[in-house]
Amino acid sequence: MELTDLYRDVILDHNRHPRNFGDLSPADATIEGFNPLCGDRLTLRLRLSDDRITEIRFEGQGCAISTASASLMTEAVKGKTRAEAEQLFERIHGLLTDDAAPVDEDLGKLAALSGVREFPARVKCASLCWHTLVSALKAGHAASLPAVSTE
Amino acid sequence: MNNVAAIQQAPTFDVEAIRRQFPVLARMVHGKPLAFLDNGASSQRPLMVINAVDDYERHHHANIHRGVHALSQEATALYEGARDRIAAFINARSRNEIIFVRGATEAINLVAQSFGRPRLQPGDEILITHLEHHANIVPWQMLCEQSGARLVVAPMDARGEVHADAVEALMGPRTKIFACAHVSNALGTVLPVQRLLASAKARGITTLIDGAQAIPHLTVDVQALDCDFYVFSGHKMFGPTGIGVLYGREAILEAMPPWQGGGDMILTVSFTKTTYNGLPHKFEAGTPNISGVIGLGAAVDFFGTLDLDAAHAHEHELLAYASRVLGKIEGLRMIGTAPHKASLVSFVVAGVHPHDLGTILDQDGIAIRTGHHCAMPVMEFFQIPATARASFAFYNSCDEIDRLGASIERARRLFA
Repeated sequence: MELTDLYRDVILDHNRHPRNFGDLSPADATIEGFNPLCGDRLTLRLRLSDDRITEIRFEGQGCAISTASASLMTEAVKGKTRAEAEQLFERIHGLLTDDAAPVDEDLGKLAALSGVREFPARVKCASLCWHTLVSALKAGHAASLPAVSTE
Repeated sequence: MNNVAAIQQAPTFDVEAIRRQFPVLARMVHGKPLAFLDNGASSQRPLMVINAVDDYERHHHANIHRGVHALSQEATALYEGARDRIAAFINARSRNEIIFVRGATEAINLVAQSFGRPRLQPGDEILITHLEHHANIVPWQMLCEQSGARLVVAPMDARGEVHADAVEALMGPRTKIFACAHVSNALGTVLPVQRLLASAKARGITTLIDGAQAIPHLTVDVQALDCDFYVFSGHKMFGPTGIGVLYGREAILEAMPPWQGGGDMILTVSFTKTTYNGLPHKFEAGTPNISGVIGLGAAVDFFGTLDLDAAHAHEHELLAYASRVLGKIEGLRMIGTAPHKASLVSFVVAGVHPHDLGTILDQDGIAIRTGHHCAMPVMEFFQIPATARASFAFYNSCDEIDRLGASIERARRLFA
């Protein structure tokens, strides 16, 4: 268990320079994620065209893991269909929680999140944005959605 | 002559000798010696506590207050003996004023529901301060919902200090309960409770002090404080988890209805009428946490073996040293800089989220708390989501604070 496993260069870079960070207006779905353990909050906004995520941005205050995970996620799911994004969620969920899960090469930069599974106390930091995304997708075009909590 | 010289030169407080009484402090974490700086969340146990609980479990366990056999009598004597020593520890007038509960949280809920609920009317006020732990906010909010009373919050200043004038200004004719922390868990601030309690008493306001953070650091004398209720938890004063104390002035406890019904809190039960047991048993329904009480009694005994003035002086030195070491770190901002503080430092570091800092320190064997410390209104006041908090006990050393400083610098370099 090494710190450099958790804080890989990709993670540090996306924490310093988060991609798709800021407001998105108008948005088809706005949803808040909350981690009561550390008080971190995240707002995710996205636009959907037919069944595809055409635009996605996030805002909020969080640790390096949660910021980098959200940044990487927005890059990865932009342009994906709802089903594809949900499939990706399942793979990331496995990556974060299952020690035995192989790290697929085709995950690209998202593979950097695999170091988190060695640090169980930090899994929720990385998964908050993904849970928030899936709730937003399931709710579809609903105007107002309840906040997502990691608890 | 040599011996005399050695004694004169001996430190007044031998931290190493104290540390040897806490077995866990000798362990390694991630290959580094443990530096346990999370005592505000829960402190470690000395051998006296571990052995007392072990001895009870091995040799004396039985239910209390209800058996004529030897083990039940022994267990009862150990349990009630602990009550006597805990009463003496906080200088209660009577053992009847010591009610065993799960912790400070349960004690506050008990007071809110048993004392507050039957008495409070719509428009009455409950006064607290801005720096309270959630345990000293939420039970009162629940009581407000039930009774129509109003929660009034006294302010703190930018240093995290609560000024007596500002609190007194809010004590009005409708104020029925005043509840505040003795020491803030998130900031370390020591509140001017002596003066506030006198002011409240002069106005006929019932008072509760949340002593969870004060009891390990200060000498608490409930008669000198002259409060109506004082609450604390065992595990923050080197005792077990799941046990705590509600101190209540006897006349007030007598006038309060029981909170929970069940065995042990009754004298007689029939389907038409039940008569309640006297104090303190009226508030201890069901089989209690017997080993917890015995462990807490041993924790009080452990305090009795210490030179408390020297222990407090050592903690004060740790606070001053930590303030100096951390003060030199670029980008580090102390949260809570009241002039009168317990040995605890809360801080944020520019560019490093507290949660990441906690993980990095843990890799160096250093345990701190990160988060909102169950005091979200405090975080909101300082407009931060969380802080890192190092909270010290008398078994901590300046060497551990040096390691803390070095590890924070390491985190800064990683995120620079």
